[in-house]
Amino acid sequence: MKHLTLPASGSALQELKKGDYVSVSGTIFAARDMAHARLASLISEGKPLPIPLDGQSIYYMGPSPTPPGHIAGSAGPTTSSRMDKYTPILLGKGLKVMIGKGARSAEVKQAIVDHHAVYLGAIGGAGAYLGKCITSMRCVAFEDLGPEAIYELTIIDFPAFVL
Amino acid sequence: MRHIDPQSISDAVCEAVQRINTDIDPLILKAFKSGKSKGDEMESHVLDILIKNADIASEQHIPLCQDTGLVVVFASVGIGAVLAEPLEASIQRGVARGYFDGFLRKSIVRDPLYDRRNMGDNTPALVYIDLVEGDQVTLHIMAKGGGSENASALNMFTPSDHDDAIIAWVVERIRQKGRNTCPPLIIGMGIGGNFETCALLAKKSLGRPIGQRNENKDYAALEQKLMTTLNDLDIGAGGYGGHMTVMDVFIETAPCHIASLPVALNIGCHSTRHTTVIL
Repeated sequence: MKHLTLPASGSALQELKKGDYVSVSGTIFAARDMAHARLASLISEGKPLPIPLDGQSIYYMGPSPTPPGHIAGSAGPTTSSRMDKYTPILLGKGLKVMIGKGARSAEVKQAIVDHHAVYLGAIGGAGAYLGKCITSMRCVAFEDLGPEAIYELTIIDFPAFVL
Repeated sequence: MRHIDPQSISDAVCEAVQRINTDIDPLILKAFKSGKSKGDEMESHVLDILIKNADIASEQHIPLCQDTGLVVVFASVGIGAVLAEPLEASIQRGVARGYFDGFLRKSIVRDPLYDRRNMGDNTPALVYIDLVEGDQVTLHIMAKGGGSENASALNMFTPSDHDDAIIAWVVERIRQKGRNTCPPLIIGMGIGGNFETCALLAKKSLGRPIGQRNENKDYAALEQKLMTTLNDLDIGAGGYGGHMTVMDVFIETAPCHIASLPVALNIGCHSTRHTTVIL
């Protein structure tokens, strides 16, 4: 098993091979459908973004509420293809790593190659287990969206496959 | 006549939606363990994580999956039962309280197209009511995730189509979408009835216990054949390759029009969550 710390350098990402099983640690952002729609519209309007994208990682995830005494609730990946429409725009702003589940469109696959980015597949439905890989979590944008807000997460030993 | 307190109905729903979101169906857990012993190294590893996921969920009361679902209730109401308010009102209160008390994700938006603001309490649940003999209220309660629901499909075949056409359609659908839907899957199918009935049959079939075959031997054989064919797709547990793409295939049927052969495919993920409560 390989270890990957995010955000990662370009060379660390290029060492990853399709099919690799990686243990991911570091700092990432969680964002899903509505947050992507808002980020894409801010970019198209040329407005500032609430989170940095250059060199960063996005996990397609909307958590369940955090019960008292826990750091996070259940926190598994959602279907990545719903973010395909917005992904090339975000890659254009420097996004380097996406974590989700399922296949991407041909256009997104090409954009990932063109931008030297990486798509990682997490284990869908393992939300309780993956929630335990989160060591800190805070809402950093679009709080009104509830589970669809953007969260900054610190993760440790988060299992994923390079797709 | 028997009076049933609305509070007891909403209490039962409140408890049930929390329990099914944290306590895995024991038959699913058994299937994970059996698959783990047969799979290659990577698939066994994925199944091991799913087993640990189930342990964490039940021990720490953390939902199995962050998508804690849209609640679907099939209610059988005895004609001798007397309710002090419409059954649906009691159910909706129970859902709202259960999703709040259980720290379950609220995943329902108020309008599908123009106003996707979150309802904030995971209502409305979808409630289907049948009147039956007796004086009890039986609630079959499901919490259905969005990812597997999105990959579901309905097709109006024609009477000249045979079972091989249905198999080919299901296999192609799972080949295309199966990886998105959190395998190992439970495949629910409704064959017959009409446009909406086949979809309801497919949904209801997901509540059948794993391993229980259709009573009709032809449909039991079709379930078995679909299971074998789908498990040869190499989608595997987690969608990263392997032999365990589906845990079971359930087919429910109904008579249909001479011109029709409606078929619905409703996909259940590896946390297919359901329970039955009787009041």
